[in-house]
Amino acid sequence: MPLLTYLEAIRAALVEEMDRDPAVVLLGEDIGVYGGAFKVTAGLLERFGWERVIDTPISETAIVGAAAGMSYLGLRPVAEMQFIDFIACAFNQVTNYVAKSHYLRGAPVPMVIRGPAGGGVHGGAFHSANPEMYFVHTPGLKVVYPATAYDAKGLLKSAIRDNNPVLFFEHKLLYRRIKEELPEEEYMVPLGKAAIRRPGRDLTIVTYAAMVHASLEAAEKLVGEGLEVEVLDLRTLLPLDRDAVLESVRRTNKLLVVHEDTRTGGIAGEIAALVSEAAFDDLDAPIRRVTALDTPVPASPPLEEYFLPNAERIAAAARDLAKY
Amino acid sequence: MNASPTREQALDLYYYLRLNRSLEELLARLFRQNKIAGGLYGSRGQEAVSVGAAYALGPGDWMAPMIRNIGALLVRGFRPRDVLTQHMGRYTSPTQGKDGTSHVSDLAVRHVVGPISMLGDLIPVMTGVAMAGRYLGQKIVAMTWIGDGGSSTGAFHEGLNFAAVEKAPLVLVIENNQWAYSTPVSRQAAVRDLAGRARAYGIEGQVVDGNDVVEMWSAAREAVARARDGGGPILIEAKTMRMTGHAQHDAAEYVPREMFEYWKARDPIDLYEKYLTRNRLWDEQKKAEVDARVERELAEDLAFAEDSPFPPPELAEQGVYCDGCHTIAAQWLRAKEEVMPPKSSVAASWTVTDVGDVAPPGAVVDRHQAREGVRPDAVRREEVPQKDRS
Repeated sequence: MPLLTYLEAIRAALVEEMDRDPAVVLLGEDIGVYGGAFKVTAGLLERFGWERVIDTPISETAIVGAAAGMSYLGLRPVAEMQFIDFIACAFNQVTNYVAKSHYLRGAPVPMVIRGPAGGGVHGGAFHSANPEMYFVHTPGLKVVYPATAYDAKGLLKSAIRDNNPVLFFEHKLLYRRIKEELPEEEYMVPLGKAAIRRPGRDLTIVTYAAMVHASLEAAEKLVGEGLEVEVLDLRTLLPLDRDAVLESVRRTNKLLVVHEDTRTGGIAGEIAALVSEAAFDDLDAPIRRVTALDTPVPASPPLEEYFLPNAERIAAAARDLAKY
Repeated sequence: MNASPTREQALDLYYYLRLNRSLEELLARLFRQNKIAGGLYGSRGQEAVSVGAAYALGPGDWMAPMIRNIGALLVRGFRPRDVLTQHMGRYTSPTQGKDGTSHVSDLAVRHVVGPISMLGDLIPVMTGVAMAGRYLGQKIVAMTWIGDGGSSTGAFHEGLNFAAVEKAPLVLVIENNQWAYSTPVSRQAAVRDLAGRARAYGIEGQVVDGNDVVEMWSAAREAVARARDGGGPILIEAKTMRMTGHAQHDAAEYVPREMFEYWKARDPIDLYEKYLTRNRLWDEQKKAEVDARVERELAEDLAFAEDSPFPPPELAEQGVYCDGCHTIAAQWLRAKEEVMPPKSSVAASWTVTDVGDVAPPGAVVDRHQAREGVRPDAVRREEVPQKDRS
């Protein structure tokens, strides 16, 4: 079984899908000759040629719009945002054109917008953000944010084959820091299905992306204190796997939601509302959140460390919640 | 030099112009009767831009209309009942009541890409359509329209620039109707001819009389042919005039009276009727036949629309996602092997043909490029006396 990093798993998904289906094409800034700012698409131009790996001008609106137009003729474009922060430049095209195309006009838009997201690498406010909730609030889109190399590959393959526009967030901190033995044979990971990363009976942590790893680290610390924490990785934020969240909370009766996104309007609020509506009687304690601060992502290492959630803060919140 | 339409084409153009205008007059009556859901945006005075440009497209081509291009929808095969039910919010409309106005799409048959209200977004989208068509080996052209106001958007720039870099077969018609809601074109751009912007993208641009349907059609036909042959995108600015307010609620009191008077004398349908008579392409009887056909079709379709139900309320909850609805298979008109390894393999490096230094002495800008449609692949190099350079 090949040992692949999270980044290599993403590349492997692209190669497999492009080998399988000539309708899959890539477009983005510096993705061809240079191979992408993070080298996710390295080697793909050599393999698939200029027509399928398209270096574009610095024009996020044009990239997203052109991808939508390509999808109308039966192509399955995968557009790269060099940093996912830059999707802000294409916000109108994504939220008003692409997202509403099927609902309003019956014109499906099978396309993927993928790009590196998240902090922890001192990239500053414009190269570290987690803008997923703008899009989770937009009916018509799907939003995926994998935490493992296995998922990154399987979810991206599903995203490319999905008949809806999928925003595929890649956590740049995970690109080269995690690796995994992946199956030789082809596999897919379905969109919209959460995964229990660690079972436990005392409380549930609902999280996703890099915070899955911080939450697992916190859960390990708490084993010595006699606490068994369940960690649920959402994997897809839209559509949300509500059943998985409710099922876990009904077993553990306590809920902590952890995300690297800022606090106000983060998905923790939506999950808290969901659990309050559907499983209030199952709760033995108030719902808690551990999130980033409600600020832009600061650049300097001590500031960014202060801004981001980490295993210690998650463990502290879990400890408190367990005691309630 | 304008092309000459055959007798059949000439009468077709008249039919669509008349249908366009009469349909919009009917919509205005329905608006006053409170039967229109939402706003009503008219194209009175601009019908030749919609009809003439769309009539230049071939059956396999793609087009994306804007709000004032009902005439283009009609040319492309949408029927008055589609337009009426759309505006009346009925279940029988192309969007089943989920969207209104002329926001319709038909990817499968008519190759029509629907617009949204945010201006400029269609230009990148149609660039993608054009690129996909080329990739699949289809010799198609993508056409869309933008207003004088819409040409101020970033999406216009990004889309047209990308199309130019890609040499995509895109025909972009700037429908300069002089007014963006209440703002005159002079407050949108500091250039008189918006077609001149083509130069900034290294593509062809030309100005045409948007009230002359034959000129509009001829220019569009030539542009479509050149784009189809790999000439890259072409920008056509059609000068016209919005003879109404922005929408029905707007009395357009901000438009100076003399401007309306000037353009009223240049009504596109009046001009075209004279053309048909002058060129003996019809007679009174032929005109009466087409007019009667238009009235009959509108009456039938109005009855259809008025008899149509409103959508069931719970439809509001359906169709956010396409689940199993996707039936668009890429139509390959070239061998797929060409784009698959090993045939697709290339050496991944740039070829430098220009090191990017300053242009040689004597390079001058051709100021008439936009009007004359000269392709500015390179700055024209002319020897000029040394002393004239500064």
